[in-house]
Amino acid sequence: MGEIKNPDGVATVGNRRCGDIMKLYIKVKDKKISDIKFQTLGCGAAIATSSIITTMVKGKPVAEAEKITNQAIAQALGGLPPVKLHCSLLAADALKAAIANYRKKK
Amino acid sequence: MVKVYLDNAATTQVDTEVFRAMRPYYSLKFGNASEPHLWGQQARKAIEESRQIITQFLGAKLKEIIFTSCATESINLAHRGLIESFKVANLHSGKVPHIITSSIEHKAVLETCKHLEQIGWAKVTYLPVDEYGLASVKDVEKAIRPETVLVSIMYVNNEVGTIEPIVEIGQLLKKINPKIYFHCDATQAIQYLDCQVDKLGVDLLSLTGHKFYAPKGIGALYIRKGTPMVRQQDGGGQEYGLRAGTENVPYIVGLGKAIELIANRKSVIVNRTKSLRDRLIKGILKIPETKLTGHPAKRVPHIASFIIEGVEGEAMLLLLSDKGIAASSGSACTSGILAPSHVLTAMRISQKSAHGSLRFSLGKDTTTQDIDYVLEVMPKIVAQLRRMAPKII
Repeated sequence: MGEIKNPDGVATVGNRRCGDIMKLYIKVKDKKISDIKFQTLGCGAAIATSSIITTMVKGKPVAEAEKITNQAIAQALGGLPPVKLHCSLLAADALKAAIANYRKKK
Repeated sequence: MVKVYLDNAATTQVDTEVFRAMRPYYSLKFGNASEPHLWGQQARKAIEESRQIITQFLGAKLKEIIFTSCATESINLAHRGLIESFKVANLHSGKVPHIITSSIEHKAVLETCKHLEQIGWAKVTYLPVDEYGLASVKDVEKAIRPETVLVSIMYVNNEVGTIEPIVEIGQLLKKINPKIYFHCDATQAIQYLDCQVDKLGVDLLSLTGHKFYAPKGIGALYIRKGTPMVRQQDGGGQEYGLRAGTENVPYIVGLGKAIELIANRKSVIVNRTKSLRDRLIKGILKIPETKLTGHPAKRVPHIASFIIEGVEGEAMLLLLSDKGIAASSGSACTSGILAPSHVLTAMRISQKSAHGSLRFSLGKDTTTQDIDYVLEVMPKIVAQLRRMAPKII
């Protein structure tokens, strides 16, 4: 949790319906996600999904991290109630956007 | 673990005295009140004693109180029962009866009104409220039409605690057209405000027990004599033919006992709760970028609702719960439908601000230590969540 100064990739995504906002910072070294931090303004599920996605992808190759689905995120949390599934989508989107941002910067 | 329950507007615990009063009616005095034998008559006596307590409490007359399962049922019966009677009367004149209600009513009122609109049995005007959640008597007056048959306004809004001008509306209706019936959802008012039906000028009043230390599953509806009413639950003719079903004797007894207890303690509880609430409000407002919602003065003693910038409601509730504190929120994330509270929206609070809404509601057992504990914990939780949030320019 927190900020990364001089990240290699960063993205902010928001869900217009519920108002939650997630920001992901990534650092990439040797094509792997060497560090990842999150900042979230949102409900318990939003905090949980953004937090767990950082544990899931830290140390993984970028190409692999990019493929993480929202279902995998929900599963890692032991499942999510239907009304909170959109939080896992938000986290997955945030990661894809951060990686896209990293690619663009390169 | 410390336990501070500040969600009393949602529900309350059953008082030990209430529970004790209910117990004989499960397995000892368990008769069906419709039977003429000893068992039945024991049950009948208990029901009528409870009814009398509630009748007296509301300043009503004989046969004007019926028991229901909850305020939602009372509200459904009051609105549907009245409108159905007009439907029958207007069969050949083609005029659709008109209802005036507010945009901040509980969903029980709003959904019932919507349903009546959908099936073409009524037209409904949903009055706006000001930024404090106050409905205007002038707006009620302007909305009245020749076909208006019912005005339905809650006494106290459950989310922000604002007290609506019920007495003034009752007086207005008497002056303009005494044939317009007036329903009041008094759910959050029973414990704290004057609910005498003649003082309020109401024809229908709904209440539920679980907000004042009776169990969940029992409520009542006051129906002024002469109010047209078509029963919505058909069957064995119980409750003056208005609500069929074998009477839930222990719960009816519990409701009566709970009313008796609050009647005895009313002024003490009102004053104590008010001062604890004000202590809480003063402390919470010390947290930067925090606002009190609802009317600053016309506010019920037990509710204190806030909007806190830069934090989300459900996250606050979860962290508070971890510290043993129960509260509530009107944020989109806490609703089951991802929409912020319709009450906050009607008060023109932006979705962004409603995101950080938090409601505390005090109870008869809330202590000064409870309030001080919350005031100790809250700033830390808010700081923690604000640290976790991205800085949005």
